[in-house]
Amino acid sequence: MNNRVVITGLGVVSPNGADLETFRNAIRNGVSGIKHDPELEKLQFSCQISGKPEIDAERLAQYFSPLELRGLESTGIIYGVIAAMDAWKDAGLLPINGDEPDWDSGSVFGTGTSGIDKFREAIYKVDALQVRKLGSTVVAQTMNSGVSAYLSGKLGLGNQVCTNSSACATGTESILMAFERIKTGRATRMLAGSTSDSGPYIWGGFDAIKVCTYKHNEDPEAGCRPMSQSASGFAPGSGAGALVLETLASALERGAHIYAEILGGHVNSGGQRGTGTMTAPNRTGVQRCITMALKEAGIEKQEVDVINAHLTATSKDVMEIENWVTALERRGTDFPYINSIKGMIGHCISAAGSIESVASVLQLAGDFIFPNINSEDLHPDIEKMVARERIPTICLNQQFNILAKASFGFGDVNACIIFKRYENG
Amino acid sequence: MIVELKGILTPYTEQAEALENLSEETDFIKDLQINSANLVDVVLDVEEKFGIEIDNDSMAKMLTVKAAIEIVETKLAESGR
Repeated sequence: MNNRVVITGLGVVSPNGADLETFRNAIRNGVSGIKHDPELEKLQFSCQISGKPEIDAERLAQYFSPLELRGLESTGIIYGVIAAMDAWKDAGLLPINGDEPDWDSGSVFGTGTSGIDKFREAIYKVDALQVRKLGSTVVAQTMNSGVSAYLSGKLGLGNQVCTNSSACATGTESILMAFERIKTGRATRMLAGSTSDSGPYIWGGFDAIKVCTYKHNEDPEAGCRPMSQSASGFAPGSGAGALVLETLASALERGAHIYAEILGGHVNSGGQRGTGTMTAPNRTGVQRCITMALKEAGIEKQEVDVINAHLTATSKDVMEIENWVTALERRGTDFPYINSIKGMIGHCISAAGSIESVASVLQLAGDFIFPNINSEDLHPDIEKMVARERIPTICLNQQFNILAKASFGFGDVNACIIFKRYENG
Repeated sequence: MIVELKGILTPYTEQAEALENLSEETDFIKDLQINSANLVDVVLDVEEKFGIEIDNDSMAKMLTVKAAIEIVETKLAESGR
């Protein structure tokens, strides 16, 4: 089996737009979702800014029953369920009613941790000798696959239902896992995506290793500065992104709207050898991931029109650009357009890859390239490699064909996907 | 007490008719179709409502309205109320 795989549904819960339409407008216009975070200030974090999606009670009630909402503390499950149910609906699909699940539809929905606030509450209760008062949902909210479990129940998914985890590459990897399952004929339709909890207990560890900026507590929107000379770390973010993937045949048969096609991609690890460590990438591994993705997608280096990069607004941005330049053998004005959404929404950790993939597909389908924000003072070492015009700071309205999306994560893991514009075949 | 129990049970069941006609004979699982994990939550809510603690053995028996009332009354009596 070698099915063509297309994207027919999108959903997103992002700090700068908690639904698809708001998000699309936000990325086109360079709207920031980074705000001062009073809780982080109270807890004396170095970095007191963050990106959190805004979901009100009325919206919550559309996705969760009053019973489900009792004691629901897992923000990751909330974001993931909303993004995924939106994507399902956007694809023109309905939850299964009746006793028989949809055996041909499944989900790969990743996360780094699940329900960290619920976990904290449970730990305090256990230590206070109140284990019997934990209630019935601690397991479902704190198991990593909680988000997938909620989704399969809500939609009636009967194919593979699982949660992947590979640090900040999680969301990109989840799409590739779903892609492969459909390509090889083991599923017709997969809900792919990832989610990440909000709050101090998920972000604290990053604050401790000083990868979050502490220089912009007074001007949050300027805080996260990918490719900038004054980059000083990322703003921690959260949310979820979701994509419905299905065989081209199924999409055509249903008459579904097709956003884009996935040509292929690659995941690998630098093995923490060479320049690679727990926290830094082995540059050879990154470059290999990119070239293997192109090979698996069957396209030439010169065909890449746009890169949606990982670029976390740390000192590693220069190295990432170097890796793209080396892998693609393109530089200066010959380099593809490149952007990073992290200037607007920060680094959404395990949700980054999926939110950014949604942004990538929106660009391909909508004929635009969203602007980089906070990148005006381009790092001189980057400018030596890539012409300024290839790093847009205003939205470019133009049609293009191929977008490469990559994510890199702790543990020296890499993932790269090649998306193609879909035009009636 | 049956009125108080009804209030506690309401969020856990979608069987409106069985809930409306709640009687001593009502079975939590058969009639109200409360899932077994949620039965634990029902017990916790009952404990909170009546200020009692229900031991594991009693909890295992608390599957009908009648059993629930008996257990609550016993526990209230034990605590001298």
